Amino acid sequence: MSLVFAGACSHAPGITGRSERADPKLREEFYRNLGRIRECLEAARPDALIVVAAEHFANFFMDNMPAYCMGMSDEYEGPIEDEEWLAIKRRKIPGNPDLSKRIICDVMQKIDLAYAEEWKFDHGIMVPLHFLTPRYDLPVVPVNINCQGPPLSPLHRAYELGRTLRAACDAQPERIALLGTGGMSHWPCTPDSGKINVPWDKAFLDSFIHNRREDLISYTDEEIFADAGQGGFEIRTFLTVAGATEGSTGELLFYAPIPVYAVGCTVATMAVE
Amino acid sequence: MSLYCIQKLLYQLNRDPYTRQRYHDNFESLLEEYELTKEELGAIREGDIGLLYVMGVNGQILMHYSALIGQEWDEYIHAMKEGVKSHGPVRAGIYTLLKGSES
Repeated sequence: MSLVFAGACSHAPGITGRSERADPKLREEFYRNLGRIRECLEAARPDALIVVAAEHFANFFMDNMPAYCMGMSDEYEGPIEDEEWLAIKRRKIPGNPDLSKRIICDVMQKIDLAYAEEWKFDHGIMVPLHFLTPRYDLPVVPVNINCQGPPLSPLHRAYELGRTLRAACDAQPERIALLGTGGMSHWPCTPDSGKINVPWDKAFLDSFIHNRREDLISYTDEEIFADAGQGGFEIRTFLTVAGATEGSTGELLFYAPIPVYAVGCTVATMAVE
Repeated sequence: MSLYCIQKLLYQLNRDPYTRQRYHDNFESLLEEYELTKEELGAIREGDIGLLYVMGVNGQILMHYSALIGQEWDEYIHAMKEGVKSHGPVRAGIYTLLKGSES
């Protein structure tokens, strides 16, 4: 079939783990929009969901850090973190190793992608799944982009990963959904946790929604670090979604800085044409 | 190499139940397997989150060690702020990415 859905959302652990500490009205509006993206996802009737995430030293460490990795297992487990800390109960999540293998082989024609037959999801994937596939009945194919331990893959390569993923998805018989999940400006787990550069986020989101590749890939890591913190490196996940939907634009369903969640909370969809 | 070693210890404590069991059963024996400086050993033994942050431990690793030793989120943030006050700015690692350009 082809790619049938593309979207993006935030994944900070506070969204579930410290949910009660946010302004209730803002939180409910954010949750409502996560519900909207779930409805869009369900309406697309996908057979599988590719989640492009930026894990946080859950499976990968600096002893062997892939720039890009895709899961190829029939089953995953998450969250790897303490269940009470994240307020998400640990469970198994179905995969589709045959689909993973076909996509990996296609993507490898252009991108040197690592693969993993074992993968424990951290909050970077579990928080989005908690809202988007709450029954955990949709097979997931995880993709990780190293956004934590520099040197990091250049932004233009993250966009190219999206292009290549799109071509691979379009060559498969299954209906495939794609979700990118990361933050824009944020300084998570540091003394500056809660700081959010709202103008920077809005400028980035405008480029993302209008899929302006040249703007999206124009940042250097030094600029991102200075203006958007180390958490800003996670924009790579958005770039991959933009690459997968090149030529299309999107809709920003929700954006609001929620400091106690340590991120500008975002929900967006991109048209798939 | 040393920052790498201390981050590896904390990463394995965070993610590996066997390492965590050894932490509870015989912490000193576990520590012997990592090439740590005297200052790093002290920070780990004391659960000095502030000093570990100043040494350059990535917060995505450090926050889980903070939780492991029983700190609430606000305590964790406070400990890092106090660490900077007591020990000065972060010395190495990801948070010093702009150190060269600043100087």
